Amino acid sequence: MSILSDIAASLQRGEDDEVASLVRQALDDGQDAVAILHGGLIAGMGVVGEQFREREIFLPDVLLAARAMYAGLALLKPLLAKDGVPTAGTVVIGSVRGDLHDIGKNLVGIMLAGAGFDVVDLGSDVAPERFVDAACDHGASVIGLSALLTTTMPVMKDVVELVRARGLQDRIKIIVGGAAVSDAWARQIGADAYGYDAASAVERVRALARTPA
Amino acid sequence: MRPSLTLLGTDLVRRILAEARDLLDTIGLDIHNPAVQDMLLAEGARVDPSTARVRLGAALLDRALASAPRTFRLHDALGRETHHFGSGTVSFTPGSAAINVLDGETGAIRAPLTADYVRYAKVVGGLRHIASQSTAFIPADVPSAVSDSYRLFLSLLYGEKPIVTGAFTIEAFEVMRDLLVIVRGSEAALRERPLAVFSCCPTAPLKWSDVTSQNVVDCARSGIPVEFISMPLAGFMSPVTIVGSLVQQTAETLSGLVISQVASPGAPILWGGSPAIFDIRYETTPMGAVETMMIDCAFTEIGHSLGLPTQAYMGLSDAKALDAQAGLESGLGVVLAALSGVDNVSGPGMLDFESCYSLEKLVVDHEICGMAQRLIRGIEPRDDFPARPLFEELIREKHLLIAKHTRRHLRDEIAFPGPVIDRANQARWADEGRLTLGARARREVERLVAAWEPPRLGDDVKAQLDRRMASAARRAGMDALPKRDA
Ligand code: B12
Repeated sequence: MSILSDIAASLQRGEDDEVASLVRQALDDGQDAVAILHGGLIAGMGVVGEQFREREIFLPDVLLAARAMYAGLALLKPLLAKDGVPTAGTVVIGSVRGDLHDIGKNLVGIMLAGAGFDVVDLGSDVAPERFVDAACDHGASVIGLSALLTTTMPVMKDVVELVRARGLQDRIKIIVGGAAVSDAWARQIGADAYGYDAASAVERVRALARTPA
Repeated sequence: MRPSLTLLGTDLVRRILAEARDLLDTIGLDIHNPAVQDMLLAEGARVDPSTARVRLGAALLDRALASAPRTFRLHDALGRETHHFGSGTVSFTPGSAAINVLDGETGAIRAPLTADYVRYAKVVGGLRHIASQSTAFIPADVPSAVSDSYRLFLSLLYGEKPIVTGAFTIEAFEVMRDLLVIVRGSEAALRERPLAVFSCCPTAPLKWSDVTSQNVVDCARSGIPVEFISMPLAGFMSPVTIVGSLVQQTAETLSGLVISQVASPGAPILWGGSPAIFDIRYETTPMGAVETMMIDCAFTEIGHSLGLPTQAYMGLSDAKALDAQAGLESGLGVVLAALSGVDNVSGPGMLDFESCYSLEKLVVDHEICGMAQRLIRGIEPRDDFPARPLFEELIREKHLLIAKHTRRHLRDEIAFPGPVIDRANQARWADEGRLTLGARARREVERLVAAWEPPRLGDDVKAQLDRRMASAARRAGMDALPKRDA
């Protein structure tokens, strides 16, 4: 087995120290940083993502793998050209105003980061303006909104309307989630997507980020 | 002898309490309400300069523990005593604050409406093993800003039983307190005869939000009892071990107790929570997991060791329909809660991780509650010794159906459930329409709705309630409250 497939395999097992030392070894052997990135880290993370989508592995396995990936990436970053560090896009995420439930939103954020997105997490009890301002400031193409209370669901609609009012609806897509909301609710308020758990969130955000502006 | 369940034992209880106190004294709390924080500091809490966390030392804790009442009572809308918490009784209340209802007719899970809530209030009024109402779900046909107070309003209009509820915002508390005061006539009367218990949640780990800590203070100052709903999620927001989660839940609940007692020494509280494990496979918080129930029972043991009355979310299920899973998880929960002596058990009627309410499940669970009440009355000899005379009578008469002994003890010894639990023989069951559990439950719901009688509150009181609610709704942008039938 090549060292690159060793890196991928070790990443899938979530062995962060081992991934780091294999990456170091590969660099010492004269391997190209971009090749290590794609053939080792991204390849390994791809398998993990696939297994998670297929429900063969669970959240903690993905978190461990993501941590291992970052252990390797930290060594490669200085060697990669600035635009060589891949990002799947930027997502602004938060629990809407009045809602303090953030556990599910945090999970979604962690998984999005694991899937290669730059995640700007605004926390909980976030006003509509802050979502839209942050999306503009960070050049995000997706806003993720979480609500678990019947009383806070309507705030999601305010965010959708604010994005429209500022004429940003073609640049910024909105995905909603949380125990209180549903696919039907997402359609009703004009959001672009709904995700019911971390895996579905990643899948749908990926699709939204791919939608051409 | 009354049967009881012990999961920890005094030694382990003591160690858990000691560790929890250490956490409060060393790591401290993250408090997102400056007024609450200042209030604690004035009473001897300390701020850790490096972390800004608020530490609670032994003296403050002991003072709060000493002033928290060991017993308190609840009274119904007419002022009659219904609960004497801390006296050893186990009471049941429906699960609270669901987002959806399971439509008994169609089987669909959908948003609740005023009409659903009115039916619910009518059903719960007729269930004798359910001692209080709870604001079981949130009607979606009023503006969201008032939907938490609106369910309390409906419960007061359609039922007499006291209410387990909670506010979602600081502003909603005011409306809710006003509604309670209207029923009692004055703030002093409400303080004297509490009509509602409010749920207030710390946030795991060791944090109090602005809203929920303010709710604790507001309740304490109004003499409204509070139940602390700590929610450690084992393996996620708290240690994966049951003991580790218990340490966290104990620390969080003690901190709530301190906030309430500092706000108003002697304020009534229930030691409680809604802990759960975390199911990493589905990213959910199962209330029907046996480990969840073990945390609940053990936590009750800790509360009782402090002499405090307790509360737990048990008797719920994570099923999405009124199926066998719903029955088995709720049955297990209700029985374990009763054996643990939980003073107020919240759960009947609830499905889907506390997010879906079913009236049909409520009437099924009601019968489970009746069985559990029977179980904890336990076994005791009743004219059973010496045994010989009764056996002589049995042999002589060939049966005991009309024996004096039977007539005297039948009702005490055997609690006949029904009409939802089926005990007909197969032929009679077939003859009577082969009704499934769901069909029997639906029929019972209809019977209770039809048998409902309006609460005996004065018309002037009802009119005042209506005015207060309508004014809150107007402020939230709704001109008239949804139409209700009688
Ligand atoms: C844990 C919990 C709490 C904790 C929250 C801790 C925290 N840091 O978040 C605490 C104890 C603090 C709490 C407080 C309260 N809670 Co609470 N809480 C829950 C509970 C039991 C579980 C929520 C949870 O964390 N689940 C686990 C996570 C992983 O799942 P999740 O949040 O659903 O997220 C997943 C998906 O929904 C999705 N998702 C989530 N967000 C997003 C975002 C995007 C963009 C996408 C794509 C996907 C997505 O992916 C996630 C991962 O799988 C729910 C019950 C329930 N069934 O949801 C009640 C529940 C939501 N709470 C409720 C209530 C009433 C409250 C309080 C108002 C109680 C009170 N009176 O004080 C307060 C809230 C105060 C406020 N203003 O916010 C009610 C809501 C009722 C209603 N009809 O609105 C519920 C339904 C329970 C109940 N029946 O009483 N709560």
